[in-house]
Amino acid sequence: MNLKTRKLLDRSFSGMGLVAIAVMAMALVVILAPIIGKGAGAFIFRGTIEHRKVMFNCWNRGNPDQMAEEIAQTDAARQPIYELISTFEAELKEMARTDRKPYKQPLRDLKKAVAGLLGPTPGARTPVLMRQQYGATRKDRADIKLDEILYTEEWDYSNPDAMGVLVKTPRAEQFAGTSLEPLFRTLEKNIDAMLQTHLTFYWQFLIDTSKDSHIFGGIGPEVLGTLYLTLGAMLFAIPMGVIAAIYLCEYAKEGRVISFIRTCISTLAGVPSIVFGLFGLAFFLNTIHISDSKSVLAGSLTLALLVLPTVIRSSEEAILAVPRAYKEAAMSLGAGKWHTVLTVILPAALPGILTGVVISMGRAAGETAPIIFTAAVSVGRPLLPLQTLSQPTPALPWNIYNLCTEHEAVDEIRHVQFGMVFTLIAIVLLLNTVAIIMRARISKKLRG
Amino acid sequence: MSEEIKMKQAAHFADYEKSKLCCNPDHIKTEDFSVFYGDFEAVKKVTCGFPKGLVTAMIGPSGCGKSTLLRSINRMNDLIPRCRAKGKMVFADEDIYRQDIDVVSLRMRVGMVFQKPNVFPKSIYDNIAYGPRLQGIRKRIELDELVETSLNQAAIWDEVKDRLTSNALGMSGGQQQRLCLARALAVKPEILLMDEPTSALDPKATAKIEDLIAQLREQYTLIIVTHNMQQAARVSDLTAFMYEGTLVEFGKTKEIFTRPKKKQTEDYITGRFG
Ligand SMILES: Nc1ncnc2c1ncn2[C@@H]1O[C@H](COP(=O)(O)OP(=O)(O)OP(=O)(O)O)[C@@H](O)[C@H]1O
Ligand SMILES: [Mg+2]
Repeated sequence: MNLKTRKLLDRSFSGMGLVAIAVMAMALVVILAPIIGKGAGAFIFRGTIEHRKVMFNCWNRGNPDQMAEEIAQTDAARQPIYELISTFEAELKEMARTDRKPYKQPLRDLKKAVAGLLGPTPGARTPVLMRQQYGATRKDRADIKLDEILYTEEWDYSNPDAMGVLVKTPRAEQFAGTSLEPLFRTLEKNIDAMLQTHLTFYWQFLIDTSKDSHIFGGIGPEVLGTLYLTLGAMLFAIPMGVIAAIYLCEYAKEGRVISFIRTCISTLAGVPSIVFGLFGLAFFLNTIHISDSKSVLAGSLTLALLVLPTVIRSSEEAILAVPRAYKEAAMSLGAGKWHTVLTVILPAALPGILTGVVISMGRAAGETAPIIFTAAVSVGRPLLPLQTLSQPTPALPWNIYNLCTEHEAVDEIRHVQFGMVFTLIAIVLLLNTVAIIMRARISKKLRG
Repeated sequence: MSEEIKMKQAAHFADYEKSKLCCNPDHIKTEDFSVFYGDFEAVKKVTCGFPKGLVTAMIGPSGCGKSTLLRSINRMNDLIPRCRAKGKMVFADEDIYRQDIDVVSLRMRVGMVFQKPNVFPKSIYDNIAYGPRLQGIRKRIELDELVETSLNQAAIWDEVKDRLTSNALGMSGGQQQRLCLARALAVKPEILLMDEPTSALDPKATAKIEDLIAQLREQYTLIIVTHNMQQAARVSDLTAFMYEGTLVEFGKTKEIFTRPKKKQTEDYITGRFG
């Protein structure tokens, strides 16, 4: 091979490497950008007076005097709307029965739509459900609700060969010529005064419990549950995995049994996570009754089993990569085997072990299937550390899935879903960063 | 193992018995000692004794089994899978290859400096203190003193005294080798095995190590593997010449280097092969 072809090969290899890295980076951007962009919406948004009311009533946040003032201002701004409605209702009563009829249903719809935007009519009985006690809390939701007031939507299926078409008609048409007609213009014009939207930074989203199945409040119990489950899994998986790896590398004599065990470990790494979930249910809960119901403990153990092969494998590689000279040196100075492992081999293998831990931690935090049957519930309080032994917890991966598939008002809580995804990724990144920094520190110390 | 070699060895052993320095009893002794790597016999039926308080040099061409024999004296070969020993190795009236021997305390009494420097990825101080700590010495003052004397003995104190807490891997190869020597000395062994301790050193440091060997001579029994004939002649009392796993000649250094009894020895020493 002459110099020219060699250079060409070198260049094409580094070029290919660059392309690969560029593709990776792009994929990362494509994946992360929307997650961060949309997820941030759960924390930073234009919040209305209704949001501040929720904050004040549920968590006592905000200045009472200022709140009272703001409420007075918005109520004043809303007053004309309610007056228009009651005037119209009074007029209706005067009308003949046949004249009244066409307005009955549209009025009912209108009142419902207004309640969706502004909350219940002042003076009316407080609704039972919390979601009906407040109007739209976020500007983006308020815009949609306003749209619902201004327009009625109907699907037009008149052409059987084509897909249905959404037809929007201004609601004002339904009330043309009545005293209610000006309501729509007034509403559109004064909406800002009625809601007083401010840019809000709701960092407490991370620690607040949710109210009325995630329609209000934050994801505190889910975050805490995820942390409990992840750290709990690591608490079991790291010691077991590292000890197993030490045994396999340093103590076990090569033979059939050991190679069989190695095969088992590799196989375990390929078992689908749902199987681990079912095993956790069948073994930890139904057979040894580790807790009466689903619990964080059972979930952590199941997750630990799931990541154990990874931990063992990476620890084994790390231990085998420790130069044999270190071991010889320690032994020649009179160190026993166990002592050599503790003082020389493990410290030198630690960076490699941590790499495995980082990978497993990300996996344990994000796995859904193993915790469905063993630990996760959709709604719950944040747990105290001791309660984790016996009680289930909400957790981010499960709740993301749950909100997408089973929530009765999915449209209302999109931002919560995005916030959860964002938070889950942030947690994994954070845990990883901590482990990576630790690893860098240790490697630096080892290298001198 | 042919009859011929056996006879040769027996004859050689008789020679050695005669030439033995009368006042020093053997500190460690081998009898028909062989070491195998799998089926390969790297050390073949060696019988010899290393007298107490003297320096024995082992010479021989590369691959002749010097390191293997040296490492089997404190059973470092145990770490190599498929490596096993046959015959006897007697230290303190006990065959150290017996099943029930305490290898850990044997290794504390028989220290070793390896062919390649193998410092721990720890600070210089921790490297030296590793052995003493194993023996249960925890007091800071005691450790400090041990570290200083050991480093002084290994002729490296002046170079490292200002950076005892920095990582030992940051030192040069020669410095690391002397650190290993200091580390072995800190354990205060009775026998010190050195596998080419000066192969990575410059002439000045080599001279220091040789001085050290002369100093240690009285308190320790030293066994040194070297490829440097002048060094062997300078520092050792006895010399063992090995060739392809067998011990060809063993006797007083002066005699081996002036009037070797075997042709092979003469050829090797005069540089005709190896
Ligand atoms: N771990 C091992 N496995 C198999 N064979 C080995 C092993 N170590 C050494 N040997 C073989 O044993 C023989 C003796 O090796 P040894 O290291 O004792 O030689 P040496 O005399 O120290 O050589 P040098 O002067 O080059 O260090 C050599 O033929 C070598 O190939
Ligand atoms: Mg050697």
